[in-house]
Amino acid sequence: MTTEGSRLDPWVDAYAARANAMRASEIRALFAVASRPEVVSLAGGMPYVQALPIDMLTTTAQRLLVERGPVALQYGSGQGDEGLREQILEVVGEVGVTAHPDDIVVTTGSQMALDLVTRVFCDPGDVVIVEAPSYVGALGVFRAFECEVIHVAMDDEGLVPQALQETLDQCSREGKRVKLVYTIPSFHNPAGVTQGPQRRAEILQIVQSAGVLLLEDDPYGLLGFEGEAPRAIRADDAEGVIYLGSFSKTIASGLRVGWAVAPHGVREKLVLAAEAAVLCPSNYAQLTISEYLATQPWREQIKTFREVYRERRDALLESLQALMPEGTTWTIPAGGFYSWLTLPEGLDATAMLPRAVANLVAYVPGTGFYVDGQGRQNLRLSYCYPEPDRIREGVRRLSAVIESELELVHTFGTAHALNPVTGSTVPAPDLA
Amino acid sequence: MHVLVLAGGLSAERDVSLRSGRRVAEALRIERPDWEVQLADVDAQLLDHLRDHRPDVVIPLLHGAAGEDGALRDVLQSLGIPFVGSIAATSRLAFDKPVAKRLITDAGLRTPDCVAMPQSTFRELGSTGVLTAVVERLGLPLVVKPAKGGSALGASIVHDASDLPAAMIGAFAYGDVVIMEQFISGTEVAVGVFERDGDVLALPAVEIVPESELYDYSARYTAGTTEFFCPARLTDEQEMQAQAVALNAHVVLGLRDWSRTDLIVDADGEAWFLEVNVAPGMTETSLVPQALSAADVTVGGIMSELAEVAAER
Repeated sequence: MTTEGSRLDPWVDAYAARANAMRASEIRALFAVASRPEVVSLAGGMPYVQALPIDMLTTTAQRLLVERGPVALQYGSGQGDEGLREQILEVVGEVGVTAHPDDIVVTTGSQMALDLVTRVFCDPGDVVIVEAPSYVGALGVFRAFECEVIHVAMDDEGLVPQALQETLDQCSREGKRVKLVYTIPSFHNPAGVTQGPQRRAEILQIVQSAGVLLLEDDPYGLLGFEGEAPRAIRADDAEGVIYLGSFSKTIASGLRVGWAVAPHGVREKLVLAAEAAVLCPSNYAQLTISEYLATQPWREQIKTFREVYRERRDALLESLQALMPEGTTWTIPAGGFYSWLTLPEGLDATAMLPRAVANLVAYVPGTGFYVDGQGRQNLRLSYCYPEPDRIREGVRRLSAVIESELELVHTFGTAHALNPVTGSTVPAPDLA
Repeated sequence: MHVLVLAGGLSAERDVSLRSGRRVAEALRIERPDWEVQLADVDAQLLDHLRDHRPDVVIPLLHGAAGEDGALRDVLQSLGIPFVGSIAATSRLAFDKPVAKRLITDAGLRTPDCVAMPQSTFRELGSTGVLTAVVERLGLPLVVKPAKGGSALGASIVHDASDLPAAMIGAFAYGDVVIMEQFISGTEVAVGVFERDGDVLALPAVEIVPESELYDYSARYTAGTTEFFCPARLTDEQEMQAQAVALNAHVVLGLRDWSRTDLIVDADGEAWFLEVNVAPGMTETSLVPQALSAADVTVGGIMSELAEVAAER
């Protein structure tokens, strides 16, 4: 008997090879449960926009539409609104970056800037060096452009210069083309660590010597809990560094406005690439940000965010200290949203996640922040969204889950599940 | 008529359930534009919603715990709200795989031999000895899966005894009791069963050919990764036998309105019962919608029929 089979997708043989990994994932499905209020989600990275003065934003948006509606609702420049670019210079001045408004390309979140930079620099097979671990959104972009991603070790001060040098040397010996070194120097996502001034200088010196472009991603730079914002690497090299910034964490992620500060030649290409991709960033969103920066005490608001996040960071660290089983370690973030936790020897954060979600707490397993399967013993804890009491409750639940996982491992002599996890293991951007 | 489709919940199959719920609700709206069809999650507001709006009938499309274990159906029964599908007591039996398989065996149907154990048994007696005893009794390969739950979450096929501990880790992540079942090689099929006009009818079997050995979560919900044949590539006799097992399982377990039985047809053409679902998946890649399509029945048509019958109960 012959019967025609169906794979329920007539285009299944037409997809690009890079789409092969785009599959339904049981880990990602668990994050659907994590969105329920019963679950304490320490998984997502949603900024706490409730701390914004919504009344003032309403007034700002209303005034914008009344006074500049025809402009705000129209196409804009591919490079971004000139007035906003001038204001961005004020913002990046806080981390020591000086530039001309023409050096800035406004993007739909800095995620789009990552895409554009990779688009204009990387051919398939080109090497991008990243930290171990690294921002999952960047890894997704590098993979989409079929780059070879190589992780370089970090320590408590971030990217390790010697390891970076060794990797560059190794690539050179192997004849590989290294196009970018991607780093998040301040309040790293997911590792929660920050490069000190000396470390930054060493890294810059290494990439300069190697003649490789540094891609500096700095979405959290203004969200430090102590002292002044760390000085950006770009502040010391205008030609060898592309600096990415964002209003997602300092104003509102929903407006999707970020930027790249790039050397002249690069910027010209980024603008053309941006026009090819999206024509222009949203004029409405840009002008809302511009109006906000012009009329509201935005530096004070950033201080408010810092206080909110510091209180939550403290709640997380105190709870971890009080409750985590022996053998568990974690990083101590001096800013930003995340702490990187290392489970007791032998535990597997991916295999443990279903049990955690069943016990109403969620985190992101560490493997999502690597391209090479590292990170099984790690997980990212996010403290940006839940209130401090919820964070404490979440850590209490997580601690109990780890205890029972230790018992399971003791019983069976392994922590790893038999089947490899397929598909994405990180949540969608709208998970708290 | 006011129909409330319940989907979501707190189980690991929440996402699947939400997709099933949206699809059925949309199909009902198209089929019966005169009906008020609402979709709701199971949360702290549900009881107030049920009391305040009192739907004429509820369609529970919750997969996994609370949806298929009978708990929510107990609540609906307590409130006197009619619903589509099996009652709480029989849902509970069907949802517990070892219990369902015992009843199926008692009824003279074939189901792979199995052992079910909680984690405490391994802890108290030592996992190596227990697993060795299980392998000696059941042989290899073995299917290891949580005793309760669906979508193959936590399930694996073990060919080598040294892989059993890792398979147990995977299964215990989704439940406190794990079932180890003889692996039966053959054609994997699913048969939907619907009650219509007082008759219990089986839909055509859907044959499942996943890319890899296991029809796992990714294979179930990524369009393109699994090939389906409906009608299945079975002889008429094999097809009838598979349907007969599904019909018998529905009756033996005391199920109501609809169910889906998953089976293996072995090399000798014998059909083996694996498990039964009282709230089958209704997503774009699910099995029952494919079988309905093969039988020229629409999702909206059959679900509205069931809703009307349930509302009269």
